[in-house]
Amino acid sequence: MPDAPGLELIAHEINSRHGDAIVGTAFEHGQAALLADPDQIREILTFLREEPAHEYRFLASVHGADYLPAEPRFAVHYELLNMPRVERLRVKALLADPGDDSLPELDSVVDLFPTADFQEREVHDFFGIVFRGHPDLRRILMPEDYVGWPLRRDFPIGGEPVIFTNTEDTVPGWTK
Amino acid sequence: MEVERTKLRELSPLDQPRSPEELRVRQLKARDMLRGDLAGADLDEYVESRVLTTTLERAQNWARGNSLFPATFGLACCAIEMMSMVSARYDTSRFGAEVFRASPRQADMLILSGRVSIKMAPVVRRIYDQMLEPKWVLSMGACSSSGGMFANYAVVQGADKFLPVDIHIPGCPPRPEALIYGILKLQRKIFGDPDLGWRERYRAAGTEEDERSSKAGALPVRRVGTSPADGIVTGHGPPPSAAELHAPVEHPELSGHEARDAYEEAAEDERVTSSRPPVGWRGDA
Repeated sequence: MPDAPGLELIAHEINSRHGDAIVGTAFEHGQAALLADPDQIREILTFLREEPAHEYRFLASVHGADYLPAEPRFAVHYELLNMPRVERLRVKALLADPGDDSLPELDSVVDLFPTADFQEREVHDFFGIVFRGHPDLRRILMPEDYVGWPLRRDFPIGGEPVIFTNTEDTVPGWTK
Repeated sequence: MEVERTKLRELSPLDQPRSPEELRVRQLKARDMLRGDLAGADLDEYVESRVLTTTLERAQNWARGNSLFPATFGLACCAIEMMSMVSARYDTSRFGAEVFRASPRQADMLILSGRVSIKMAPVVRRIYDQMLEPKWVLSMGACSSSGGMFANYAVVQGADKFLPVDIHIPGCPPRPEALIYGILKLQRKIFGDPDLGWRERYRAAGTEEDERSSKAGALPVRRVGTSPADGIVTGHGPPPSAAELHAPVEHPELSGHEARDAYEEAAEDERVTSSRPPVGWRGDA
């Protein structure tokens, strides 16, 4: 696990090679995270994977996040692991909501990390984030004909109102 | 002080004999009957005391209710309770419902033991459709009855949205005793009338498996009460006459959604009191 100065050094190293690919860093609870520009996510992950000083060769997890009402709204988290040194590094690609019902997009990293295949499908399934260049971007957990992105924060939570004695005044459609 | 014991009721000849002498008397009577020595009033009395009369329908329901074969089908944690229901400790074989069949073709009771996700619902429905009639569904636990704690995007809010449920058992999960109680309730239901008009309740008329009833219209069903909320069907009416059975089919073969839609259309005009579609139900009148 890089410490806070080490994290800043990694960010500086990436930025010196790839423009402003890293837009910020976060170091909390001993966990290091790079905030990344989604357009350059492939360059960043390739660098962290191949550079001999880093060699984060294992992608432990990919997950999506919805930070509504914050801006940018979405994020895709890549949890990297260097197995020999047992060091973990998190890369958060921050994605703005394109609005007007179109979906946020960023590049797929399946060819770098084959394990990203199913995990990117899962992020797509629940958050509606499109991974450009993914070989088979279909829903993976929800039924294929499902409509909507259920883990977005503005998705209705579902269920049906149930009348208990303490809610009988508030459940819509119910009159005494 | 002397206590005088009074007899509670007259014992019927079917009860256990009260004394060795009584047993001996019965044995001798049975021997006489077998030898052909009994005649007249004695023979009548003997037959009356030993023969039980009932209707075929009641006997059939009695047999059905006492041999329920559940499908081997677990959905979630309720399935653990369902499994312990057949264990030595709870032992539903006392009530004839312990033979879990591995194939829905051999089962006649489906226990929905757990939450039904929207991805699982078509599978459950297919298993239900594969079961032969008569068949019954027990919704076990809060989740399959109403969605329970899973008020979310992934779980069907009540299994009766996609198949007819006969008994709902509350609990999270219900204990095996509760499940057995539900099965006993189901037995009561079956003893009364095995179908209880669920096709009417679920607007599923015309889906009968019986060749005769689906072609020439189902057997007429008596309905008690005047409002749909009553909805209690006490049993089949008189069996159809030969002419009715061989009457020409009044409507072309419709299936699935078409049949249901046409039936609902007709039902709007005329309140449906029989599972047989009304004459002119296609709307060509």
